[in-house]
Amino acid sequence: MAVMKFLCDTKRCIECNGCVTACSNSNSEALTFGTMRRRVVTLHDGEPGEASISVACMHCSDAPCKAVCPANCFYTTDDGIVLHNKETCIGCGYCFYACPFGAPQFPKKTAFGSRGKMDKCTYCAGGPVPDFSEEEQRLYGANRIAEGKLPLCAEMCSTKALLAGDAEVISSIYRARVAARSNPDTIWGYVPETGN
Amino acid sequence: MRLTRTSSQVKPADKPSLGLNRRQFLKTAGLSAGGVAAASVLGTGMMRKARAEFIPHDAPVEVKKTICSHCAVGCGIYAHVQEGVWTHQEPAFDHPINSGGHCAKGAAVREVGHGDKRLKYPMKKEGGKWKRISWDEAINEVSAMALKIREESGPDSIFFMGSAKFSNEQAYLYRKFAAMWGTNNVDHSARICHSTTVAGVANTWGYGAQTNSINDMRNAKCMLFVGSNPSEAHPVAMQHILVGKERGAKVIVVDPRFTHTAAKADEYVHIRPGTDIPFIYGLLWHIFDNGWEDKQFIAERVYGMDKIREEVAKFPPEVVENVAGVPKDQMYRVAKTLADNRPGTIVWCMGGTQHHMGNSNTRSYCILQLALGNMGVSGGGTNIFRGHDNVQGATDFGLLFDTLPGYYGLKTGSWQHWCRVWDIDYEWAKSRFDQGTYLGQVPMNSTGIPCSRWQDGVLEDKDKIAQRDNIRMSFFWGQSVNTETRGPVVREALNKMDMVVVVDPYPTMAGVMPERQDGVILLPAATQFETYGSVSASNRSLQWRSKVIEPLFECKPDHEIMYLLAQKFGFEKEMFKHIKVNGTEPLIEDITREFNKGMWTVGYTGQSPERLKLHQENWGTFNVDTMEAAGGPCEGETYGLPWPCWGTPEMKHPGTQILYRTDREVRNGGGTFRARYGVEHDGVNILAEDSWSKGSAIEDGYPEFTDKMLKQLGWWDQLTPEEQVAAEGRNWKTDLSGGIQRVAIANNCIPFGNAKARCIVWTFPDDIPIHREPLYTPRRDLVPIYPTYEDRMVARLPTLYKSIQQQDFAKKFPLVLTSGRLVEYEGGGEETRSNPWLAQLQREMYVEINPQDADDRGIRDGDNVKLFSPDGATIEIKAMVTPRVIPGETFMPFHFAGVFEMKSLAGDYPPGTEPFVIGESANTAMTYGYDVVTQMQETKATLCQIAKA
Repeated sequence: MAVMKFLCDTKRCIECNGCVTACSNSNSEALTFGTMRRRVVTLHDGEPGEASISVACMHCSDAPCKAVCPANCFYTTDDGIVLHNKETCIGCGYCFYACPFGAPQFPKKTAFGSRGKMDKCTYCAGGPVPDFSEEEQRLYGANRIAEGKLPLCAEMCSTKALLAGDAEVISSIYRARVAARSNPDTIWGYVPETGN
Repeated sequence: MRLTRTSSQVKPADKPSLGLNRRQFLKTAGLSAGGVAAASVLGTGMMRKARAEFIPHDAPVEVKKTICSHCAVGCGIYAHVQEGVWTHQEPAFDHPINSGGHCAKGAAVREVGHGDKRLKYPMKKEGGKWKRISWDEAINEVSAMALKIREESGPDSIFFMGSAKFSNEQAYLYRKFAAMWGTNNVDHSARICHSTTVAGVANTWGYGAQTNSINDMRNAKCMLFVGSNPSEAHPVAMQHILVGKERGAKVIVVDPRFTHTAAKADEYVHIRPGTDIPFIYGLLWHIFDNGWEDKQFIAERVYGMDKIREEVAKFPPEVVENVAGVPKDQMYRVAKTLADNRPGTIVWCMGGTQHHMGNSNTRSYCILQLALGNMGVSGGGTNIFRGHDNVQGATDFGLLFDTLPGYYGLKTGSWQHWCRVWDIDYEWAKSRFDQGTYLGQVPMNSTGIPCSRWQDGVLEDKDKIAQRDNIRMSFFWGQSVNTETRGPVVREALNKMDMVVVVDPYPTMAGVMPERQDGVILLPAATQFETYGSVSASNRSLQWRSKVIEPLFECKPDHEIMYLLAQKFGFEKEMFKHIKVNGTEPLIEDITREFNKGMWTVGYTGQSPERLKLHQENWGTFNVDTMEAAGGPCEGETYGLPWPCWGTPEMKHPGTQILYRTDREVRNGGGTFRARYGVEHDGVNILAEDSWSKGSAIEDGYPEFTDKMLKQLGWWDQLTPEEQVAAEGRNWKTDLSGGIQRVAIANNCIPFGNAKARCIVWTFPDDIPIHREPLYTPRRDLVPIYPTYEDRMVARLPTLYKSIQQQDFAKKFPLVLTSGRLVEYEGGGEETRSNPWLAQLQREMYVEINPQDADDRGIRDGDNVKLFSPDGATIEIKAMVTPRVIPGETFMPFHFAGVFEMKSLAGDYPPGTEPFVIGESANTAMTYGYDVVTQMQETKATLCQIAKA
């Protein structure tokens, strides 16, 4: 069984926001202007030591959002992806307090000016409605996982900084990069590359 | 884990309940369903209907391969089209340049297929109101006005602004269009981005283009970025740059700002804006002082380095520290890093080019690489990143005020060459031009009015310009006027012209800025996703784009609009003599074949549509590190057949990934520096000595090939009898059979000769790069030492230098101001600010200011501030207080428009087309200053003052 994770390699992330618009592109049917499921955070912006990291829902193994949700709308898929049900979500915002990454978003433009249903990164895995249905597209966006594809944000990352996939696979990619960088040319036969 | 498709839920919804496919955009745009763009069928009145239904996931998918239309990195895209709608965009993992990666813009191109904010049908301004008109009406009105002005003022009173967004075929056709109209007043945004590169670099060693490729940076041992910020401007290039770094390359970033690229560097060097030459000479000072130069390379392949040594001697460490602000130990460290880590590459962009002596800057970078012997090798070279997706191609096709396609120039011989290619009578072509002589210049053979200064062509006293009358009408065909400096002057010119014609997918500032009641016509152009053709990436690779979707609304592809106008102008028979026209749409492949027949100078002759399509079909066979195909149908070829791809397509030249490399045969992409400037200068031989490309039959320097030279060499008989007929009296540039090129290459010689690169360009105002202070300099003490030029005529326009520099603006405007890119937007920004996926990320125009300057002015981060230009304009924007800029220096992004000197123009857009984000344009406040050779505007070193609003 896979455990799907994101990992952002800060030595490669350049804050190009490709992941953010890739997300908008993939999930366009479910998102409104200004609701971004993913964002790039830059620390020490404009100073030596500047580093950028792309952040969305990290699909925690023991997800705090899930633990605190009074409506019990969260569930974890067999692949370790944390999803939620927008039909049962009451828009209370408790998950937002609990989340260490600020992933939950609340669209504001709804009737009575109240918080709308919570929206967050689905790992491009849709939601608890039939795969590829119009309802799924409208409420949750893409379901690339059901197509055998990974989230578009990571697939389109300009520098291959944002990795998505089974934790074991992406951590081994990252481990090899870190080892190579610490002293280039010391790992016999390892040459950093990106594709093809 | 291998991902597998787990769902069997593919049954379409029985009855789509919410009938709107693009709901979110409807909400934000406030449009009716009829305005929504996702369209597939032609409705009545040629208006494409909105695609309202939900498209089931399992609807048949057509996969189209195309190329991103934003920057010149050239990223591949898989577009999935269902029921005529572009429903998905998938990463092209097999594409040799981007391996699936995209920046914010590339990852958002599918939105173009929605096109909410697009210009949907032809419009005209009448009585201050926008009115929808038909295509017939629009074309009639535009052509009638153009012909009237031609009658009254001559053909030069129309300005043809072209686009770096054209495909190669469209760019070529537009240049031909202007030629047949009879003017050289045609130009495009290369003028304002890399014109100084093209001039400076071509005059150093032959071609003014990127010498290596972005992929090749993976093989560099050192990378020096000067005034280049690929993290924002060419993000996917960073994929290769960071891989190169991880493989051990040293990365040095030289920039007034601590950019996102600087954050990834091993060394960041701050220079004062406008001091590139002191910086480069400062490096050369250490290189010469320590004997780190490549003496053999210089002896064999470089002319004039001794004269550079004399100038470099004037820039010892103390002087460099005083002028450029870089300390001695850092200069030494950078020079040593360059010397110890060869081959190294240099990258420069607008930070280097956009100066009034930009041509000298670009030459100085070349000279540094020549001194280090870094040219003609993998991992070395001058990797000049171009900006727009096809600015390289549009440049190559002569969408410029000073040349015909292929850099043939404007001399009579050049015209005769192209008339032969076009199969038209030279005398007829000549008759299309104004036959007068103005200030000693003959319109057909004299450089026209540049993209950067058409406004002066409108407003300048007509007795002072070298043509019959002012510009009275202009086509703004895919180019934003808010990228031109001196905003108030631009607006005045837009107000004054008889007619303003915008041809663009968006209304753009040229349509919105004029304060006029009528005389503005907007023609909706299709994007590159709604047509097809080839596009040249920064590295000279040509890539074929397939059409993704049919043109939305009433949009038409550019080449069709050109045909419609040519018909009215009465030269469609001559212009399309060998180009098939289907209805009113010229056949793209015929255009490709036509330029294949004429572009001998730059080797755009081997890339037939068939070969380019084969490369498109086989992206995955090209290796990322080498760009070469190890096998498959394109075996041995370099991806995109980067020019020069010599000879005819049948010759199967593999393309030249790395220019001037002698370690390969010419037939395998090798070469030498070009013999473009004769064989001697001041009695000194300027051909190469003891250096030639691999296998060359001539083991020495040699001039460019002509029929006479073939005869002298005894190679004439290697031509076929037909080729002999065609080659008689011709040279490698004008022999339309390609025989001379074929025989030269068969003998492993390069058609353009084997010469030295030259450090001295004796035809330029400064024969070697000389530092000159910016016109608006904060360092008054340096003006007497490094003065600018005397005021002078450049091309057709009087141009000011000294009369500006001698004024002291620095007291009232103490802050240095530069401009640059944001990753989310591109160019003038009309397209990208109209894309909600991008616009949501950058919603405010701002100026970066250091905390110290901000504190001195009582400004806090996010405050509204007024920025005052020494030329008189004032704009109101947000302050971004950041240490990214040092005290005394400021920065503005240049993509915003739609607010002009504190007044919103939102109401001036045709209803429903105003972009999601508008803001003051940086160039409203940018000042006078133009390169002495190319008329590049000086936007990377000027002055301003900032106060709390």
